[in-house]
Amino acid sequence: MHPIIREIEASHLKTDIPYFRPGDTIRVSVRIVEGDKERLQDYEGVVIARRGSGINETMTVRRVSFGVGMERVFPIHGPRIESIKIVRRGRVRRAKLYYLRDLRGKKARLAERRVSDSKLAAEAASESRARLNQAALAKVAAPAEAPAEAPAEEQQDS
Amino acid sequence: MPLGLLGKKLGMTQLFDEKGTAIPVTVIQAGPCKVIQKRTMDSDGYNAVQIGFDPKPERKVNKPMAGHFAKAGVEAVRLVRELRGDETQELEIGGELNVSMFEEGERVDVSGQSKGRGFTGTIKRHNTSPGPKTHGSMFHRRPGSNGGSSYPSRVFKGKKGPGQHGNERVTIKKLRIVKCDTERNLILVRGSIPGANGSYVVIRKGRGK
Repeated sequence: MHPIIREIEASHLKTDIPYFRPGDTIRVSVRIVEGDKERLQDYEGVVIARRGSGINETMTVRRVSFGVGMERVFPIHGPRIESIKIVRRGRVRRAKLYYLRDLRGKKARLAERRVSDSKLAAEAASESRARLNQAALAKVAAPAEAPAEAPAEEQQDS
Repeated sequence: MPLGLLGKKLGMTQLFDEKGTAIPVTVIQAGPCKVIQKRTMDSDGYNAVQIGFDPKPERKVNKPMAGHFAKAGVEAVRLVRELRGDETQELEIGGELNVSMFEEGERVDVSGQSKGRGFTGTIKRHNTSPGPKTHGSMFHRRPGSNGGSSYPSRVFKGKKGPGQHGNERVTIKKLRIVKCDTERNLILVRGSIPGANGSYVVIRKGRGK
């Protein structure tokens, strides 16, 4: 990727996204515009996939309501996403949980992943290093942008 | 007003608009371009300006071009192109063109050399449909019939066939400028433009709406 494009992307990336993985249950506050009014709507479900990187990154969130499965794909850095909260961390063994679509009822549950806060923090740190390093670097490279904020605050939400 | 700029395609990314919709954009490093020479009706039979883009070190300039640049008193550049039009006559030799000539929301035409795909079949080149792959089909990726033997007994002009695809000049018209960055000399247009990342393009003011 061209460094200038990286810079442009970096200035649009969110830095307040909590650390979450596929298998985690999250609550997404989505901004909804009705007429000229704006309100927030919460959407809670299991993250079954994260794909893309940088500003192109999206997450697929699945929930089953009244027996009907529903999936929404959100651009993680999109302005319509007000906030993301982690409700529960799930233990899974793959990155894409498409198999959940074929399961219903008790089988569609995921075991909870119990990890100590310190371990989680370490995970988040290494993850954010990999994911956000380029963004952070670009911010440093572009002093014209807002002061670089260390993405280390990632872990607080857990 | 000057009518265009030379630039370099840097690559694509996406941005979000006020509604939160992702819009695909191409980032173009555009200008600044210096006027190197003027073509006039009297001396050349048409009106145009020759402008340059992308400075290069002195040691990479050959002698004829070095003389040409020295005459205009401008820095040596990699890309030299002419832009035609009567309005170009207002410009002075050595004058600068930059991104500030465009504004956000404006429509522009972008021309460049498309990616070369070599000698390709009709499916890739003309978007014809492939035949069945199985069930005894022997018509997989063929171009089909060229014409009948009794009538018309010839191949119609312009019949779509295999051949060189890409590596030609392509102009994409009416691209909307999403953002102009005069500080960094960047233009962000909505959608894609011809060529590989790093290839040169010409950005012209769109005609009409």
